[in-house]
Amino acid sequence: MSTVTMIYAGVFYIAAFLLVAGLAYKIFDYSRTPAPLVIPTTPAPTTRTGVVYRMAKEVVVFESLFKSNKWIWVFGWLFHFGLFLVLARHLRYFTQPVWFWVDIVQPFGKYASIMMVLGLAGLLARRFVVDRVRYISTPSDYLMLALLLAIGASGMMMTFVAHTDIVALKEFFMGLMYLDIQPLPQDPVLLVHLALVASLMVIFPISKLLHAPGVFFSPTRNQVDNPREHRHVAAWAARLDQNG
Amino acid sequence: MAAAEFDIPEIKDDIEIPKLREGVMSHVKSFPAPKAVQDFMGYPHELGEDWKERAIDKMGDLLGKYRSLKVFLDACVHCGACTDKCHYYLGTSDPKNMPVARQDLMRQVYRRYFTTAGKLFPKLVGAKDLTREILDDWYSYYHQCSECRRCSVFCPYGIDTAEITMAGREILNHVGIGQKYSNEILGKVQKIGNNLGLPGPALEDTLEGLEEDIEADTGVPVKMPIDVKGAEVLLVTPSADFFSEPHVESLIGYAKVFHAAGINWTLSSHASEAGNFGLFNGNYETMRKVAMRIRDAALELGVKRIVVGECGHAWRVAYSFWNTLTGIGYGGNDPFSIELQKQLDPAYPQPQHICELTNDLIKSGKIKVDPSQNDDLVVTYHDSCNVARASRMGTEPGGQFTIPRELIKSVANNFHNMADDTIYESTFCCGGGGGLLTDDLMEVRVKGALPRVTALNNVVKEYQVNFMATICAICKAQFTKVLPKYGFDMSMVGGVHQLVSKAIKLDVPPQAD
Ligand code: HEM
Ligand code: SF4
Ligand code: SF4
Repeated sequence: MSTVTMIYAGVFYIAAFLLVAGLAYKIFDYSRTPAPLVIPTTPAPTTRTGVVYRMAKEVVVFESLFKSNKWIWVFGWLFHFGLFLVLARHLRYFTQPVWFWVDIVQPFGKYASIMMVLGLAGLLARRFVVDRVRYISTPSDYLMLALLLAIGASGMMMTFVAHTDIVALKEFFMGLMYLDIQPLPQDPVLLVHLALVASLMVIFPISKLLHAPGVFFSPTRNQVDNPREHRHVAAWAARLDQNG
Repeated sequence: MAAAEFDIPEIKDDIEIPKLREGVMSHVKSFPAPKAVQDFMGYPHELGEDWKERAIDKMGDLLGKYRSLKVFLDACVHCGACTDKCHYYLGTSDPKNMPVARQDLMRQVYRRYFTTAGKLFPKLVGAKDLTREILDDWYSYYHQCSECRRCSVFCPYGIDTAEITMAGREILNHVGIGQKYSNEILGKVQKIGNNLGLPGPALEDTLEGLEEDIEADTGVPVKMPIDVKGAEVLLVTPSADFFSEPHVESLIGYAKVFHAAGINWTLSSHASEAGNFGLFNGNYETMRKVAMRIRDAALELGVKRIVVGECGHAWRVAYSFWNTLTGIGYGGNDPFSIELQKQLDPAYPQPQHICELTNDLIKSGKIKVDPSQNDDLVVTYHDSCNVARASRMGTEPGGQFTIPRELIKSVANNFHNMADDTIYESTFCCGGGGGLLTDDLMEVRVKGALPRVTALNNVVKEYQVNFMATICAICKAQFTKVLPKYGFDMSMVGGVHQLVSKAIKLDVPPQAD
């Protein structure tokens, strides 16, 4: 087995571990932290079902962002929806036989990368062009977009320009999953693409990418508006009731 | 208007998004609370040697108690969608008044002390050690946020800068820099029973005087009872209603409504204040202590219903938090809340907003009104932030917008809304909410009112609007002070029940409710 294969196998195991453990910890931490007061941004749904619907709209069509700023919405939604399709398409490297819906997504996934990169480019441009956004941007905000753009661009290189050996690549990833390491194709574009993806995985749980799990825990969006009918008390606050 | 030390912004045709002007509001420092005030609240009154550790400890404590704070500090992607949503940014153009930048004042410290990335690569993620300069920025800019939640409506994750501001003020209090205005009021309400520090006897005198005025005016002996045991309704209202103009006109309105409907009601000298500045400072215990006065009064007087007068943040605390804090509401299954809840009449929402009550009475024909009494007025309605974005009325989401408007339209014939993006959940704060209603913050207040005043100016021009109704004591006080600076007459602001008061017919024989 080549050194490069061994390094990449090791890196992906570590990255996957950090991603999963990091996210699991964060989700655990969010769920154990109480929300002592009822603070949904109103008007808010008065039932659980209503809240699920509100949240679905936020996650799927970015409803609040749509009300807020059409440019960010267009770019942000192109990017995320593109990313979603691209990720779905990538499942073919991890499933055998390939799930039927992953097959269906393939052709869309191919062009979704264009959506994704366009969206990212738009978001990056805003960071330079709009003075308010420039003011709040930290180096990591630019780098995050650059990283995703680089992942997208190197991926598109392989899709549209210089194909890589995807059969061998699939064997490598299936091998990782079944603890039976197979050689990784030594194609420079692929190596760059994979290295960037591994770093994204590591960064995910310690960066603003926490917005993905975070949105589900946001009390202003996930709480039911029923404080007159239902007494909502956090454990630490309930102790105050005992002392009168 | 004499001796204005700052320029009054010019009203343009539209609400414009200004170019950034860094630091233009950094000079603003609300007066800090003196020793006696901080002592009473149990806070230090000056920075000790160990202030940094205390600040970081407190931040850690709050992060463990409030999911909102933890998630909001992590989740922001710096997308910028909120940057043009805050009236203080729009009015001052200071970038630190952009909601996300206001959050970042705390986020930079959070990242440095509580996150892996910030500990390892502070420069990269904009993390900073806590310094005196940062603390001063907190004091300055956390007192340029009215906790109005407009930013939260427009953030894709609902990040509510108000939560950050509250945490910021709480930390500041714990290290020894409190705000004089809010903390003084919190002292008065706990020692005397209301924010104005009006003692019981003075209150009784005032009410008697008002009864005489109403009788002289209408010939009807409308009463303003106080501390009546066994009354059906306890009315809790902001103390400004007792003596400030135009607030008192609404108090007269409530009294007439109760009179006309034949409802046996009372005020309480122990709970002669609906306002709860504990909300503004983000201290749960303080907010609970202040709210407990209402529970105590309700138990003491044995009332069956609790009704809240025209006050925005008070309605937020009452509607959203009273059940949690004091058990005023329904659905409790612990002895503490059952003790009170079994006393309350399940036929009514608890607590109930005075607008819900009056609107129901008018719709069901239990009181009669003559809207032509308000024909001299062309009315618009200012949605107060805490009512609009942090509470509800009625049974349907959005009742907080429709019910006051329904009520206004039933007592006045001429009504026009302001522009869509300045009302309902997008309403602009009056500029004086959240503990900023103090003269030492006048510049912030005047400039922060610009978006609202712009929208108002447009309906004045288009429809000759001459009255802006609102249901918040802070909005009323703020506008009467600030509108004249923009060239409007201060009397064009008043309560919804001020309109009710003019239109209500009192000669109708009272019916039992
Ligand atoms: C539940 C899933 C997710 C939701 C609801 C969501 C939603 C959003 C929204 C509304 C924005 C703000 C608008 C914008 O700038 O695009 C945003 C920004 C961003 N999202 Fe997501 N996202 C999700 C998952 C992800 C994932 C998995 C990634 C990356 C791997 C990601 C990367 C980003 C980045 C980098 C930004 C910042 C863009 C900028 O710098 O302007 N998101 N997300
Ligand atoms: S809560 Fe209101 S005042 Fe505070 S930052 Fe948000 S929009 Fe501005
Ligand atoms: S809208 Fe929300 S996520 Fe975007 S910058 Fe503002 S606070 Fe951050």
